[in-house]
Amino acid sequence: MIKLKINGQFKTLDVEPRVTLLDALRENLGLTGSKKGCDHGQCGACTVLIDGQRAYSCLTLAVMQEDKEITTIEDLAKGDDLHPVQTAFLKNDGFQCGYCTPGQICASLALLDEVKNGSVSYVTADLNNPPTLASLSETEIKERMSGNLCRCSAYNGIVAAVQQAAGQTPPSPAASIEHSQAG
Amino acid sequence: MKNFAYVRANSVEDAISRTTNDRQAMFIAGGTNLVDRLKVFLDEPSQLVDVSRLEMKQIERTNEGGLKIGALVTNTDLANHIEVRRNYPLLSRAILAGASQQIRNMATVGGNLMQRTRCPYYYDTAFPCNKRQLNTGCPAATGINRIHAILGASESCVAVNPSDMSVAMAALDATVEVQGMQGKREIPLIDFHRLPGNTPDRDTNLEPGELITAVILPPLSFAKSGVYLKLRDRASYAFALVSVATALEVAGEQIKNARVALGGVAHKPWRAMEAEEFLIGKAANNKSNFEQAAEIALKDAKTLAHNGFKVELSKRAIRRALTVSAQGGGIV
Repeated sequence: MIKLKINGQFKTLDVEPRVTLLDALRENLGLTGSKKGCDHGQCGACTVLIDGQRAYSCLTLAVMQEDKEITTIEDLAKGDDLHPVQTAFLKNDGFQCGYCTPGQICASLALLDEVKNGSVSYVTADLNNPPTLASLSETEIKERMSGNLCRCSAYNGIVAAVQQAAGQTPPSPAASIEHSQAG
Repeated sequence: MKNFAYVRANSVEDAISRTTNDRQAMFIAGGTNLVDRLKVFLDEPSQLVDVSRLEMKQIERTNEGGLKIGALVTNTDLANHIEVRRNYPLLSRAILAGASQQIRNMATVGGNLMQRTRCPYYYDTAFPCNKRQLNTGCPAATGINRIHAILGASESCVAVNPSDMSVAMAALDATVEVQGMQGKREIPLIDFHRLPGNTPDRDTNLEPGELITAVILPPLSFAKSGVYLKLRDRASYAFALVSVATALEVAGEQIKNARVALGGVAHKPWRAMEAEEFLIGKAANNKSNFEQAAEIALKDAKTLAHNGFKVELSKRAIRRALTVSAQGGGIV
Protein backbone atom coordinates (compact mmCIF):
# COMPACT_ATOMS: atom_id res chain seq x y z
CA MET A 1 0.00 0.00 0.00
CA ILE A 2 1.21 3.47 -0.81
CA LYS A 3 -0.10 6.87 0.23
CA LEU A 4 -0.19 9.72 -2.29
CA LYS A 5 -1.22 13.33 -1.76
CA ILE A 6 -3.20 14.32 -4.83
CA ASN A 7 -4.87 17.69 -5.19
CA GLY A 8 -4.63 18.22 -1.44
CA GLN A 9 -6.14 14.87 -0.46
CA PHE A 10 -4.38 11.78 0.79
CA LYS A 11 -5.21 8.63 -1.15
CA THR A 12 -4.18 5.12 -0.22
CA LEU A 13 -3.59 2.78 -3.12
CA ASP A 14 -2.65 -0.84 -3.60
CA VAL A 15 -0.35 -0.72 -6.61
CA GLU A 16 2.68 -2.71 -7.73
CA PRO A 17 6.03 -0.89 -7.89
CA ARG A 18 5.90 -0.97 -11.69
CA VAL A 19 2.78 1.24 -11.88
CA THR A 20 3.52 4.70 -13.21
CA LEU A 21 2.08 7.79 -11.58
CA LEU A 22 0.00 8.34 -14.72
CA ASP A 23 -1.55 4.88 -14.56
CA ALA A 24 -2.20 5.26 -10.83
CA LEU A 25 -4.01 8.56 -11.48
CA ARG A 26 -6.07 7.24 -14.34
CA GLU A 27 -6.70 3.60 -13.47
CA ASN A 28 -6.70 3.62 -9.67
CA LEU A 29 -7.98 7.09 -8.81
CA GLY A 30 -10.29 7.81 -11.74
CA LEU A 31 -8.46 11.07 -12.47
CA THR A 32 -8.55 10.76 -16.25
CA GLY A 33 -7.76 14.40 -16.97
CA SER A 34 -4.06 13.59 -17.33
CA LYS A 35 -3.80 11.88 -20.71
CA LYS A 36 -1.74 8.98 -21.97
CA GLY A 37 -0.53 10.13 -25.35
CA CYS A 38 2.77 8.39 -26.05
CA ASP A 39 3.56 6.92 -22.59
CA HIS A 40 7.26 7.60 -23.34
CA GLY A 41 7.77 11.19 -22.24
CA GLN A 42 7.71 12.56 -25.76
CA CYS A 43 4.28 14.26 -26.01
CA GLY A 44 3.59 15.97 -22.67
CA ALA A 45 -0.11 15.02 -22.45
CA CYS A 46 0.51 13.45 -19.02
CA THR A 47 2.05 16.60 -17.51
CA VAL A 48 1.20 17.15 -13.84
CA LEU A 49 2.81 19.25 -11.11
CA ILE A 50 4.93 17.51 -8.48
CA ASP A 51 5.76 19.83 -5.56
CA GLY A 52 4.81 22.68 -7.90
CA GLN A 53 7.13 21.63 -10.71
CA ARG A 54 5.88 20.25 -14.01
CA ALA A 55 6.73 16.60 -14.68
CA TYR A 56 5.72 13.77 -17.00
CA SER A 57 3.61 11.44 -14.88
CA CYS A 58 4.25 8.61 -17.38
CA LEU A 59 8.00 8.63 -16.61
CA THR A 60 7.84 8.21 -12.87
CA LEU A 61 6.61 5.43 -10.62
CA ALA A 62 3.71 6.10 -8.28
CA VAL A 63 5.62 4.49 -5.43
CA MET A 64 8.39 7.11 -5.79
CA GLN A 65 5.96 9.99 -5.24
CA GLU A 66 4.87 9.30 -1.67
CA ASP A 67 4.91 12.50 0.46
CA LYS A 68 4.99 14.72 -2.64
CA GLU A 69 2.28 17.26 -3.48
CA ILE A 70 0.77 16.15 -6.76
CA THR A 71 -1.48 18.57 -8.65
CA THR A 72 -3.48 17.47 -11.69
CA ILE A 73 -5.69 19.34 -14.13
CA GLU A 74 -8.73 18.38 -12.01
CA ASP A 75 -7.58 20.74 -9.24
CA LEU A 76 -7.41 23.93 -11.30
CA ALA A 77 -11.05 24.99 -11.69
CA LYS A 78 -13.03 25.67 -8.53
CA GLY A 79 -16.48 24.42 -9.46
CA ASP A 80 -17.52 26.40 -12.54
CA ASP A 81 -14.85 29.02 -11.93
CA LEU A 82 -12.09 28.26 -14.36
CA HIS A 83 -8.46 28.93 -13.56
CA PRO A 84 -7.16 32.02 -15.46
CA VAL A 85 -4.91 29.78 -17.57
CA GLN A 86 -7.93 27.67 -18.57
CA THR A 87 -9.84 30.84 -19.49
CA ALA A 88 -6.88 32.01 -21.56
CA PHE A 89 -6.88 28.73 -23.51
CA LEU A 90 -10.61 29.12 -24.21
CA LYS A 91 -10.32 32.78 -25.22
CA ASN A 92 -7.41 32.20 -27.57
CA ASP A 93 -8.40 28.96 -29.28
CA GLY A 94 -5.56 27.15 -27.51
CA PHE A 95 -6.87 23.75 -28.57
CA GLN A 96 -8.88 21.88 -31.16
CA CYS A 97 -9.48 18.25 -30.19
CA GLY A 98 -8.47 18.96 -26.58
CA TYR A 99 -6.54 15.77 -25.89
CA CYS A 100 -3.21 17.49 -25.20
CA THR A 101 -4.89 20.41 -23.39
CA PRO A 102 -4.68 19.22 -19.75
CA GLY A 103 -0.93 18.77 -20.23
CA GLN A 104 -0.60 22.08 -22.06
CA ILE A 105 -2.45 23.91 -19.28
CA CYS A 106 -0.43 22.30 -16.47
CA ALA A 107 2.77 23.10 -18.38
CA SER A 108 1.65 26.71 -18.93
CA LEU A 109 0.83 27.14 -15.27
CA ALA A 110 4.30 25.93 -14.31
CA LEU A 111 5.92 28.06 -17.01
CA LEU A 112 4.45 31.22 -15.47
CA ASP A 113 5.85 30.29 -12.05
CA GLU A 114 9.25 29.51 -13.55
CA VAL A 115 9.38 32.91 -15.24
CA LYS A 116 8.30 34.62 -12.00
CA ASN A 117 11.18 32.81 -10.29
CA GLY A 118 13.72 34.03 -12.84
CA SER A 119 14.42 30.79 -14.69
CA VAL A 120 16.38 30.83 -17.94
CA SER A 121 15.90 28.87 -21.16
CA TYR A 122 18.08 27.79 -24.09
CA VAL A 123 16.97 30.89 -26.04
CA THR A 124 17.52 33.40 -23.22
CA ALA A 125 20.10 35.75 -24.74
CA ASP A 126 21.69 36.77 -21.43
CA LEU A 127 21.66 34.00 -18.83
CA ASN A 128 22.15 36.61 -16.12
CA ASN A 129 19.09 38.56 -17.19
CA PRO A 130 16.10 36.20 -17.42
CA PRO A 131 12.86 37.45 -18.98
CA THR A 132 9.95 38.71 -16.88
CA LEU A 133 6.29 37.89 -17.53
CA ALA A 134 6.01 41.25 -19.32
CA SER A 135 9.11 40.72 -21.49
CA LEU A 136 8.59 37.01 -22.21
CA SER A 137 8.90 36.73 -26.00
CA GLU A 138 7.08 34.40 -28.37
CA THR A 139 10.41 32.61 -28.97
CA GLU A 140 10.78 32.07 -25.21
CA ILE A 141 7.21 30.73 -24.92
CA LYS A 142 7.73 28.29 -27.80
CA GLU A 143 11.02 27.01 -26.34
CA ARG A 144 9.54 26.67 -22.84
CA MET A 145 6.45 24.86 -24.17
CA SER A 146 8.39 22.48 -26.45
CA GLY A 147 7.79 19.53 -24.14
CA ASN A 148 4.09 19.50 -25.08
CA LEU A 149 3.02 18.46 -28.56
CA CYS A 150 -0.32 19.34 -30.16
CA ARG A 151 -1.10 17.17 -33.17
CA CYS A 152 -3.97 19.47 -34.18
CA SER A 153 -1.22 22.10 -34.31
CA ALA A 154 -3.06 24.73 -32.27
CA TYR A 155 0.32 26.20 -31.42
CA ASN A 156 -0.48 29.81 -32.29
CA GLY A 157 -3.48 29.70 -29.98
CA ILE A 158 -1.41 28.07 -27.23
CA VAL A 159 1.25 30.79 -27.48
CA ALA A 160 -1.50 33.45 -27.37
CA ALA A 161 -3.05 31.76 -24.33
CA VAL A 162 0.28 31.83 -22.49
CA GLN A 163 0.74 35.47 -23.48
CA GLN A 164 -2.66 36.34 -22.04
CA ALA A 165 -2.04 34.34 -18.88
CA ALA A 166 1.27 36.19 -18.51
CA GLY A 167 -0.60 39.50 -18.57
CA GLN A 168 0.41 40.38 -22.11
CA THR A 169 -1.99 41.30 -24.91
CA PRO A 170 -1.97 38.45 -27.41
CA PRO A 171 -2.63 39.21 -31.06
CA SER A 172 -6.37 38.83 -31.75
CA PRO A 173 -7.45 35.70 -33.68
CA ALA A 174 -8.71 38.07 -36.39
CA ALA A 175 -5.23 39.59 -36.68
CA SER A 176 -3.66 36.17 -37.22
CA ILE A 177 -6.24 35.32 -39.91
CA GLU A 178 -5.52 38.59 -41.73
CA HIS A 179 -1.83 37.85 -41.42
CA SER A 180 -2.16 34.35 -42.86
CA GLN A 181 -4.29 35.62 -45.74
CA ALA A 182 -1.78 38.35 -46.44
CA GLY A 183 1.01 35.75 -46.44
CA MET B 1 7.22 -3.87 -17.81
CA LYS B 2 8.29 -6.75 -15.63
CA ASN B 3 7.59 -6.20 -11.98
CA PHE B 4 10.41 -5.65 -9.49
CA ALA B 5 10.95 -5.06 -5.81
CA TYR B 6 11.21 -1.43 -4.75
CA VAL B 7 13.31 -0.20 -1.90
CA ARG B 8 14.14 3.30 -0.74
CA ALA B 9 17.81 3.56 0.18
CA ASN B 10 18.40 5.29 3.51
CA SER B 11 22.08 6.08 2.90
CA VAL B 12 24.66 5.95 0.12
CA GLU B 13 26.24 2.94 1.84
CA ASP B 14 22.87 1.19 2.04
CA ALA B 15 22.28 1.82 -1.68
CA ILE B 16 25.72 0.54 -2.66
CA SER B 17 25.49 -2.60 -0.56
CA ARG B 18 22.12 -3.48 -2.06
CA THR B 19 23.33 -3.25 -5.66
CA THR B 20 26.63 -4.92 -4.82
CA ASN B 21 24.86 -7.88 -3.24
CA ASP B 22 22.28 -8.18 -6.02
CA ARG B 23 23.76 -7.72 -9.50
CA GLN B 24 20.26 -7.57 -10.99
CA ALA B 25 19.36 -4.55 -8.87
CA MET B 26 19.49 -1.05 -10.32
CA PHE B 27 19.55 2.47 -8.90
CA ILE B 28 16.76 4.87 -9.79
CA ALA B 29 16.72 8.64 -9.24
CA GLY B 30 14.79 10.83 -11.73
CA GLY B 31 13.86 7.75 -13.73
CA THR B 32 13.20 9.64 -16.97
CA ASN B 33 15.28 7.25 -19.07
CA LEU B 34 15.14 4.13 -16.91
CA VAL B 35 11.32 4.01 -16.57
CA ASP B 36 11.08 4.30 -20.34
CA ARG B 37 13.58 1.45 -20.78
CA LEU B 38 11.68 -0.69 -18.28
CA LYS B 39 8.52 -0.24 -20.35
CA VAL B 40 10.12 -1.75 -23.43
CA PHE B 41 11.90 -4.53 -21.51
CA LEU B 42 15.42 -3.20 -22.13
CA ASP B 43 16.06 -3.52 -18.42
CA GLU B 44 14.49 -6.12 -16.19
CA PRO B 45 15.88 -5.43 -12.70
CA SER B 46 15.13 -7.65 -9.73
CA GLN B 47 14.82 -4.54 -7.58
CA LEU B 48 14.97 -0.80 -7.95
CA VAL B 49 16.96 0.97 -5.28
CA ASP B 50 15.52 4.48 -5.05
CA VAL B 51 18.36 6.89 -4.28
CA SER B 52 16.33 10.02 -5.02
CA ARG B 53 15.78 10.93 -1.38
CA LEU B 54 19.44 10.77 -0.36
CA GLU B 55 21.46 13.91 0.27
CA MET B 56 23.75 14.90 -2.65
CA LYS B 57 21.50 17.77 -3.71
CA GLN B 58 24.02 20.52 -2.92
CA ILE B 59 26.13 22.69 -5.20
CA GLU B 60 29.18 23.82 -3.27
CA ARG B 61 32.29 25.83 -4.01
CA THR B 62 35.48 23.80 -3.89
CA ASN B 63 38.70 24.98 -2.22
CA GLU B 64 40.19 25.36 -5.69
CA GLY B 65 37.44 27.79 -6.70
CA GLY B 66 35.42 25.35 -8.79
CA LEU B 67 32.09 23.71 -8.05
CA LYS B 68 31.11 20.37 -6.57
CA ILE B 69 27.70 19.34 -7.84
CA GLY B 70 25.79 16.68 -5.94
CA ALA B 71 24.67 13.77 -8.13
CA LEU B 72 21.00 14.37 -7.26
CA VAL B 73 20.91 18.04 -8.26
CA THR B 74 18.23 18.27 -10.94
CA ASN B 75 19.14 19.37 -14.45
CA THR B 76 16.89 22.42 -13.95
CA ASP B 77 18.55 23.46 -10.70
CA LEU B 78 22.04 23.07 -12.16
CA ALA B 79 21.25 25.05 -15.31
CA ASN B 80 19.70 27.86 -13.26
CA HIS B 81 22.27 27.97 -10.47
CA ILE B 82 23.63 31.50 -10.24
CA GLU B 83 27.30 30.41 -10.24
CA VAL B 84 26.80 28.09 -13.20
CA ARG B 85 25.02 30.79 -15.19
CA ARG B 86 27.78 33.30 -14.35
CA ASN B 87 30.90 31.18 -14.47
CA TYR B 88 30.08 28.16 -16.64
CA PRO B 89 27.47 29.51 -19.09
CA LEU B 90 28.17 26.78 -21.63
CA LEU B 91 27.08 24.19 -19.05
CA SER B 92 23.81 26.06 -18.38
CA ARG B 93 23.23 26.40 -22.10
CA ALA B 94 24.01 22.72 -22.81
CA ILE B 95 21.62 21.48 -20.12
CA LEU B 96 18.89 23.85 -21.31
CA ALA B 97 19.40 22.55 -24.85
CA GLY B 98 18.55 19.05 -23.64
CA ALA B 99 15.11 17.45 -23.25
CA SER B 100 12.13 19.53 -22.09
CA GLN B 101 11.43 21.49 -18.91
CA GLN B 102 9.40 18.57 -17.54
CA ILE B 103 12.31 16.15 -18.03
CA ARG B 104 14.92 18.58 -16.73
CA ASN B 105 12.84 19.05 -13.56
CA MET B 106 12.88 15.30 -12.94
CA ALA B 107 16.31 14.29 -14.28
CA THR B 108 19.41 14.37 -12.08
CA VAL B 109 23.05 15.06 -12.89
CA GLY B 110 24.05 11.48 -12.09
CA GLY B 111 21.17 10.12 -14.14
CA ASN B 112 22.05 12.34 -17.09
CA LEU B 113 25.52 10.74 -17.11
CA MET B 114 23.94 7.27 -16.99
CA GLN B 115 21.34 7.73 -19.73
CA ARG B 116 21.72 5.31 -22.60
CA THR B 117 21.72 5.78 -26.34
CA ARG B 118 18.49 6.48 -28.23
CA CYS B 119 19.60 4.28 -31.15
CA PRO B 120 16.23 3.01 -32.48
CA TYR B 121 17.63 -0.49 -33.00
CA TYR B 122 18.71 -0.65 -29.37
CA TYR B 123 15.17 0.34 -28.34
CA ASP B 124 13.39 -2.13 -30.61
CA THR B 125 13.71 -5.62 -29.19
CA ALA B 126 12.53 -7.10 -32.52
CA PHE B 127 16.09 -6.36 -33.76
CA PRO B 128 19.32 -7.89 -32.51
CA CYS B 129 21.70 -5.46 -30.81
CA ASN B 130 25.20 -5.95 -29.41
CA LYS B 131 24.49 -3.36 -26.74
CA ARG B 132 21.51 -5.35 -25.51
CA GLN B 133 23.11 -8.73 -25.99
CA LEU B 134 26.73 -9.18 -27.04
CA ASN B 135 27.52 -10.98 -30.29
CA THR B 136 24.03 -10.74 -31.75
CA GLY B 137 24.94 -8.09 -34.33
CA CYS B 138 24.47 -4.40 -35.10
CA PRO B 139 21.59 -3.74 -37.50
CA ALA B 140 22.29 0.02 -37.35
CA ALA B 141 25.64 -0.40 -39.14
CA THR B 142 23.85 -1.56 -42.28
CA GLY B 143 20.39 -0.10 -41.59
CA ILE B 144 19.08 3.43 -41.28
CA ASN B 145 22.03 5.14 -39.63
CA ARG B 146 21.46 8.84 -40.19
CA ILE B 147 21.81 9.67 -36.48
CA HIS B 148 24.74 7.36 -35.77
CA ALA B 149 28.42 7.81 -34.93
CA ILE B 150 31.14 9.21 -37.18
CA LEU B 151 33.94 9.04 -34.62
CA GLY B 152 35.23 6.19 -32.46
CA ALA B 153 32.62 3.64 -33.51
CA SER B 154 33.36 -0.07 -33.92
CA GLU B 155 31.99 -2.88 -36.03
CA SER B 156 29.93 -4.00 -33.08
CA CYS B 157 28.24 -0.65 -32.30
CA VAL B 158 27.68 2.70 -34.02
CA ALA B 159 25.42 4.26 -31.35
CA VAL B 160 25.94 7.77 -29.98
CA ASN B 161 25.73 9.12 -26.46
CA PRO B 162 22.65 11.38 -26.27
CA SER B 163 23.68 13.75 -23.45
CA ASP B 164 24.19 17.49 -23.96
CA MET B 165 25.31 18.09 -20.38
CA SER B 166 28.20 15.63 -20.73
CA VAL B 167 29.59 17.46 -23.75
CA ALA B 168 29.86 20.71 -21.80
CA MET B 169 31.32 18.86 -18.82
CA ALA B 170 33.90 17.21 -21.10
CA ALA B 171 34.95 20.65 -22.36
CA LEU B 172 35.16 21.89 -18.75
CA ASP B 173 37.51 19.05 -17.60
CA ALA B 174 34.94 17.80 -15.09
CA THR B 175 35.60 14.86 -12.78
CA VAL B 176 33.01 12.29 -11.71
CA GLU B 177 33.11 11.21 -8.06
CA VAL B 178 31.82 7.70 -7.50
CA GLN B 179 31.45 5.52 -4.42
CA GLY B 180 31.53 1.76 -4.13
CA MET B 181 32.12 -0.80 -1.38
CA GLN B 182 35.85 0.03 -1.58
CA GLY B 183 35.22 3.73 -0.97
CA LYS B 184 35.30 6.77 -3.21
CA ARG B 185 37.24 7.34 -6.42
CA GLU B 186 37.33 10.01 -9.07
CA ILE B 187 37.10 9.45 -12.82
CA PRO B 188 37.85 12.23 -15.34
CA LEU B 189 34.61 12.82 -17.21
CA ILE B 190 36.23 12.16 -20.57
CA ASP B 191 37.20 8.68 -19.29
CA PHE B 192 33.82 8.02 -17.65
CA HIS B 193 32.07 6.95 -20.85
CA ARG B 194 33.64 4.29 -23.06
CA LEU B 195 34.05 3.77 -26.77
CA PRO B 196 32.09 0.70 -27.89
CA GLY B 197 34.95 -1.56 -29.03
CA ASN B 198 33.93 -5.18 -28.55
CA THR B 199 31.95 -4.41 -25.40
CA PRO B 200 29.20 -1.95 -26.38
CA ASP B 201 27.07 -3.38 -23.58
CA ARG B 202 29.18 -1.25 -21.22
CA ASP B 203 28.55 2.48 -21.62
CA THR B 204 30.69 3.62 -18.70
CA ASN B 205 33.66 2.65 -16.55
CA LEU B 206 31.47 2.48 -13.47
CA GLU B 207 32.00 -0.85 -11.68
CA PRO B 208 29.04 -2.93 -10.47
CA GLY B 209 27.61 -1.45 -7.28
CA GLU B 210 29.25 1.94 -7.73
CA LEU B 211 27.07 5.05 -7.39
CA ILE B 212 27.83 8.50 -8.80
CA THR B 213 27.93 10.90 -5.85
CA ALA B 214 29.09 14.18 -7.44
CA VAL B 215 30.56 15.95 -10.44
CA ILE B 216 33.44 18.34 -9.79
CA LEU B 217 34.14 21.30 -12.07
CA PRO B 218 37.58 22.88 -11.80
CA PRO B 219 37.75 26.66 -12.08
CA LEU B 220 38.27 27.84 -15.65
CA SER B 221 39.25 31.47 -16.11
CA PHE B 222 37.94 31.65 -19.67
CA ALA B 223 34.73 29.67 -19.16
CA LYS B 224 32.69 32.81 -19.89
CA SER B 225 33.78 32.54 -23.52
CA GLY B 226 31.91 29.24 -23.54
CA VAL B 227 29.48 28.42 -26.30
CA TYR B 228 27.14 25.48 -26.75
CA LEU B 229 25.73 25.05 -30.21
CA LYS B 230 23.23 22.26 -30.82
CA LEU B 231 22.02 21.29 -34.28
CA ARG B 232 18.98 19.05 -34.57
CA ASP B 233 16.02 18.12 -36.74
CA ARG B 234 13.62 20.48 -34.96
CA ALA B 235 14.19 23.69 -33.02
CA SER B 236 13.60 22.22 -29.58
CA TYR B 237 13.08 18.97 -27.68
CA ALA B 238 15.17 16.80 -29.99
CA PHE B 239 18.50 15.03 -29.58
CA ALA B 240 21.54 16.52 -31.25
CA LEU B 241 22.59 15.51 -34.73
CA VAL B 242 25.76 17.39 -33.85
CA SER B 243 26.56 19.64 -30.92
CA VAL B 244 29.70 21.59 -30.04
CA ALA B 245 30.98 23.07 -26.79
CA THR B 246 33.82 25.57 -27.15
CA ALA B 247 35.74 28.02 -24.99
CA LEU B 248 38.75 30.19 -25.87
CA GLU B 249 41.25 32.17 -23.87
CA VAL B 250 42.41 35.05 -26.02
CA ALA B 251 45.10 37.58 -25.10
CA GLY B 252 45.65 40.35 -27.58
CA GLU B 253 44.55 38.48 -30.65
CA GLN B 254 46.40 35.31 -29.73
CA ILE B 255 44.71 32.13 -28.53
CA LYS B 256 46.23 31.01 -25.21
CA ASN B 257 43.94 28.10 -24.48
CA ALA B 258 41.14 26.30 -26.26
CA ARG B 259 38.41 23.77 -25.50
CA VAL B 260 36.47 21.92 -28.17
CA ALA B 261 34.08 19.03 -27.45
CA LEU B 262 31.53 17.40 -29.74
CA GLY B 263 28.22 15.67 -29.05
CA GLY B 264 26.03 13.48 -31.24
CA VAL B 265 29.03 12.06 -33.08
CA ALA B 266 30.38 9.29 -30.87
CA HIS B 267 29.62 6.71 -28.17
CA LYS B 268 30.93 9.24 -25.64
CA PRO B 269 31.32 13.02 -25.38
CA TRP B 270 34.15 13.68 -27.82
CA ARG B 271 36.94 16.02 -26.77
CA ALA B 272 38.89 17.27 -29.81
CA MET B 273 42.28 17.59 -28.07
CA GLU B 274 44.34 17.75 -31.25
CA ALA B 275 42.25 20.64 -32.57
CA GLU B 276 42.67 22.42 -29.23
CA GLU B 277 46.46 22.02 -29.36
CA PHE B 278 46.51 23.33 -32.93
CA LEU B 279 44.66 26.49 -31.88
CA ILE B 280 47.08 27.47 -29.11
CA GLY B 281 49.27 30.34 -30.24
CA LYS B 282 47.20 31.02 -33.35
CA ALA B 283 45.45 34.29 -34.18
CA ALA B 284 41.85 34.47 -32.93
CA ASN B 285 40.83 36.87 -35.67
CA ASN B 286 41.91 34.61 -38.54
CA LYS B 287 39.02 32.39 -39.63
CA SER B 288 41.27 29.96 -41.45
CA ASN B 289 42.60 28.83 -38.06
CA PHE B 290 39.10 27.77 -37.06
CA GLU B 291 38.66 26.05 -40.42
CA GLN B 292 41.88 24.10 -39.90
CA ALA B 293 40.93 23.22 -36.33
CA ALA B 294 37.62 21.84 -37.61
CA GLU B 295 39.43 19.78 -40.26
CA ILE B 296 41.74 18.34 -37.60
CA ALA B 297 38.82 17.52 -35.28
CA LEU B 298 37.07 15.51 -38.00
CA LYS B 299 40.08 14.00 -39.79
CA ASP B 300 39.43 10.51 -38.45
CA ALA B 301 35.71 10.57 -39.19
CA LYS B 302 34.27 7.39 -40.70
CA THR B 303 30.83 7.62 -42.22
CA LEU B 304 28.03 5.11 -42.73
CA ALA B 305 25.45 5.05 -45.53
CA HIS B 306 23.29 7.90 -44.19
CA ASN B 307 25.33 9.99 -41.76
CA GLY B 308 27.97 11.49 -44.06
CA PHE B 309 26.38 14.93 -43.65
CA LYS B 310 27.47 14.95 -40.01
CA VAL B 311 31.11 15.51 -40.99
CA GLU B 312 30.49 18.82 -42.75
CA LEU B 313 27.84 19.76 -40.17
CA SER B 314 30.38 19.21 -37.37
CA LYS B 315 33.03 21.28 -39.12
CA ARG B 316 30.68 24.19 -39.68
CA ALA B 317 29.40 23.95 -36.10
CA ILE B 318 32.97 24.06 -34.75
CA ARG B 319 33.82 27.09 -36.89
CA ARG B 320 30.68 28.93 -35.86
CA ALA B 321 31.05 28.13 -32.15
CA LEU B 322 34.74 29.10 -32.11
CA THR B 323 33.95 32.37 -33.86
CA VAL B 324 31.46 33.25 -31.11
CA SER B 325 33.88 32.11 -28.38
CA ALA B 326 36.59 34.33 -29.89
CA GLN B 327 34.18 37.26 -29.52
CA GLY B 328 33.72 36.51 -25.82
CA GLY B 329 30.99 33.87 -25.88
CA GLY B 330 27.24 34.07 -25.44
CA ILE B 331 24.28 32.75 -27.38
CA VAL B 332 24.93 31.43 -30.89
